[in-house]
Amino acid sequence: MSDALTVSRPGFTATPVRGGRRFSLQGRATTLNGTAKALGLAEVPAMLGTAQAGKCTLLRLAPQELLILTDDAGLPGKVTDYLATVPHSLVEVSDRQVGWTLVGERLHDTLAALSPLDMRARSFPVGCATRTLFGKADGMVWRTSEDTFHLEVWRSFAPYIVAMLDAAALDAAW
Amino acid sequence: MLLIRCPYCGDRAEVEFANAGEAHIDRPADPMSLSDEEWAQYLYMRDNPKGLIAERWRHAHGCNRFFNAIRDTRTDRFVTTYEIGQPRPEVTPEQAEEAAR
Repeated sequence: MSDALTVSRPGFTATPVRGGRRFSLQGRATTLNGTAKALGLAEVPAMLGTAQAGKCTLLRLAPQELLILTDDAGLPGKVTDYLATVPHSLVEVSDRQVGWTLVGERLHDTLAALSPLDMRARSFPVGCATRTLFGKADGMVWRTSEDTFHLEVWRSFAPYIVAMLDAAALDAAW
Repeated sequence: MLLIRCPYCGDRAEVEFANAGEAHIDRPADPMSLSDEEWAQYLYMRDNPKGLIAERWRHAHGCNRFFNAIRDTRTDRFVTTYEIGQPRPEVTPEQAEEAAR
């Protein structure tokens, strides 16, 4: 399966992300802020922003929603302790999604073939994360560095996304 | 490509959005006291104007939030978008003219 999920073309590589867990947290602004404070951050990241707290990454995908990526240990106890005291919705979505690390000098041309979103550095800086459409599949993209993106789609879309990325990368390499 | 400005995410492609019908239609507080005609009026009757309309949109492939927008039905140009719960903003004649262009 790992080979089936890997895309490798001249100038573009998509490597599946192994391990780690994902949590979708929904709540009011105070709940999201309290969660960020429990993780040691000053406040929750701004809309479309991300923040790193130890082994947890917080991605603000909507005003009321955080996607939290963690290592295999999951959420720290201080977060679950805090959440037990406030109204919220916390769902583990580790197996719902598949993630890839995208690299290569043809990365931007490849992504541009799948999404109309402007992913140049001036409108999509490092640390920016958002849900959008890739071809016809709903996905989330996160710029982890100047030349690296993290892509996540729902598991059932994975074969479609791999095929689309492969075709787009082949096009971009010409 | 038609761009729609989500109040939370900024300008995005129209393909990310879902239209959800006319905005600012309140559910009657006490449905049992209404006549059938009044209830039908609430359920089914919409303005369908030729020109500016206030409607609900959902950023379905983004932040997933509903918001309201004012759009010209003849040209599909958006005048403004605003968060749910806010009153319908005033549209200046210049804005209306630009939207109808």
